[in-house]
Amino acid sequence: MTQAVVKPQAPLEKQVMMTVNGDEAVAYAVKQSLVDVVAAYPITPQTIIVEKFSEFVADGEVKTEFVPVESEHSAMSACVGAAAAGARAFTATSSQGLALMVEILYIASALRLPIVMAVVNRALSAPINIHNDHSDAYLMRDSGWIQLFAENVQEAYDTTIQAFKIAEDERVLLPVAVNLDGFFLSHTLENIYMLPDEVVHEFLGGYRKVSKVRVDYFDEEVPLALNPARPLSFGNLDLYDYYFEHKVQQVEAMKSVPEVVREVNEEWFKLTGRRYGDGILDPFEVEDADVVLVGMGSGVGTVRSVVRRLRKEGLKVGLVKLRMFRPFPFKEVAEVLKNAKVVAVMEKGVSPGSYGPLFLEVNTALYDLKSRPALVNYVYGLGGRDLVPDLVEGMIRGLFKELEKGVFEPKLRYLGVRE
Amino acid sequence: MVVKTLPEFPVKKGEPAYKLWLFEPGQKVEMPLVFNLRQLAETRRPALLPGHRLCAGCAAPIVVKLASFAFRGPTIVVTATGCLEVSTTIFPYTSWAVPWIHNAFENAAATASGIVAAVEAMKKTGRLPYEHVDVVVFAGDGGTFDIGFQALSGAAERGHDFLYILYDNEAYMNTGIQRSGGTPKYAWTTTSPVGSVLPGKMENKKPIAEIMVAHRIPYVATATPAHWMDFMKKVRKGIEVKGPAFIHALSSCDRGWRHDTALTLEVTRRAVDTCYFPLWEWTPETGYLLTDRSLAIARNPKLKQPIEKYLELQGRFRHLLKPENKHLVKELQELVDAAWEELLRKASNAPR
Repeated sequence: MTQAVVKPQAPLEKQVMMTVNGDEAVAYAVKQSLVDVVAAYPITPQTIIVEKFSEFVADGEVKTEFVPVESEHSAMSACVGAAAAGARAFTATSSQGLALMVEILYIASALRLPIVMAVVNRALSAPINIHNDHSDAYLMRDSGWIQLFAENVQEAYDTTIQAFKIAEDERVLLPVAVNLDGFFLSHTLENIYMLPDEVVHEFLGGYRKVSKVRVDYFDEEVPLALNPARPLSFGNLDLYDYYFEHKVQQVEAMKSVPEVVREVNEEWFKLTGRRYGDGILDPFEVEDADVVLVGMGSGVGTVRSVVRRLRKEGLKVGLVKLRMFRPFPFKEVAEVLKNAKVVAVMEKGVSPGSYGPLFLEVNTALYDLKSRPALVNYVYGLGGRDLVPDLVEGMIRGLFKELEKGVFEPKLRYLGVRE
Repeated sequence: MVVKTLPEFPVKKGEPAYKLWLFEPGQKVEMPLVFNLRQLAETRRPALLPGHRLCAGCAAPIVVKLASFAFRGPTIVVTATGCLEVSTTIFPYTSWAVPWIHNAFENAAATASGIVAAVEAMKKTGRLPYEHVDVVVFAGDGGTFDIGFQALSGAAERGHDFLYILYDNEAYMNTGIQRSGGTPKYAWTTTSPVGSVLPGKMENKKPIAEIMVAHRIPYVATATPAHWMDFMKKVRKGIEVKGPAFIHALSSCDRGWRHDTALTLEVTRRAVDTCYFPLWEWTPETGYLLTDRSLAIARNPKLKQPIEKYLELQGRFRHLLKPENKHLVKELQELVDAAWEELLRKASNAPR
């Protein structure tokens, strides 16, 4: 956490420290974000979000309509309906639940609906496993959603509130997935600072305000929603004569996202005294580093502590924490890694028959550099296997030895797997 | 119900039909249910405007048109993937004069749940500029009996306030006449073809309306576009009732049923005359009640026609009328009779 030089508008003494786990933190964030509709289905390790939120509903602490749907497919479908009707909508899921939603994820983004979803990352079946990795997040890689990753419980809380602001920005109008690692964050207690309700309300500008769009038919700007005053059709049949242009528009909308994420990150900093790098990535000791590790999610914390320790020994090692996976910040990643000699992409996911999804992105980002660092891919933590500091340390020391020889083979490696 | 005449009525000459469906915020609307044909023609425009690309002879737009004559005011329509959806909203056009959304095939009821929840949330927080916004779903048999059943059952159990209208053309017509859970026994479809061994679909049609009755929702009914007054009354009841309502509308498809395009309404009329598709409604308070022609048949059983009268108009049953398949027709007749007898036992307004 970076401390503010300028006093934030809501300094820590005005914030409320609470001991919550990651799921509860998300539930509180949603409660404070004036969400109209929450539609969700329980799945481990997301369950606590739904349970906690149900308590808020049962105690009359929110005016939100909670729709306890019969499946994740219906959860996302209901969010699409609610968001299209002009409501602020939220859902949360994990793993298989996300897999069941996939069909509707593409529809939510293509209809430009600013839905926010917490993805409590968990391994995909089979074999069935309830613990953490990022295979579910990678599953929705091409669905047109913005994907942000939280490193700790505080960031999960902060990012959930920010996500509504990002999604609903007129330059964006795209759904946002807030990723937090199952169990490592979802079930782990942390002392975090929460804002007073009214501060969150003000940050978000109150209830959702529907963007307007010019419709020639009505000869005016009309709300982009299911509105009986100015009826629009959503989800039309769109054939070879228009589909292509609409898809390109959707891709173009993603281009505004980094700018908006940066702005919201800065605004949050002024408000709370907390920020996460530039909102997109957060480099640590990379300026003169020969070996730079790249990662996302809770594992970054462990890596950072090892990097800090090895720096004291004089090893030139650094870390880049990626907060935004979609849209992927190619320019920013290339810029921050351009002086490295070797880059190790650490990720909790695989793509059988290829490298890890994050590796492919970093590889692409570095391609245009005049002198490219060597690149290796470390897969770790599948199915919730712990990333212990010793493993990270061994990996880093190994990379420095390889650097001396100048040979990095094989490219795809596993960290912490039994042979 | 209070019947008021709106200042816009009758529709001004030369004014685009869609303007009838623009409800300005704050406008109080209670559109009367009109059965006088002249008055209906002068004062109403269907929510589905002309120019859509549904086939000549398709019953689906008639179902939608009649249903929309019974809308009471601001209404949001949800449509499942299917003929109705693809043929009425080919970008950059739309035939829908009311707010309309298509999400996917299997989730019309879930989408409606979200819309109803949004409307409720806005009402609670004082942001809904109308007294009520009704939500009406139109979905075909595939999107209801089969792939959409889970979402429908879940939404019914949760009790969202919306009307779900199933337009049942008894097969996957949009993809080219494949059998569904709504296809009747021994009907020809492209995936239950009539072969040298098999005489069409070998399985029974799911009793979907009765399955919805088993959900104990506030209102369930069957209807056909041929019995239009009965249908409109049921639509209005389904909208006015608090909670989920379900109407099973038989909707003939001349392409799939292989009948003359001029016989669309005659076919559905005969479905009722033969008691293949009886008209009834159900509420938890009243139980089953026969309506319209089916009530007349119950009172005067001589009106009941043999099943052949229904089968003979349709190419999908042509094979059944061959002499060697007499026993299959007999079996169908027995199935229809048994179901009809059961309904007579259940219906509180059937003569004892």
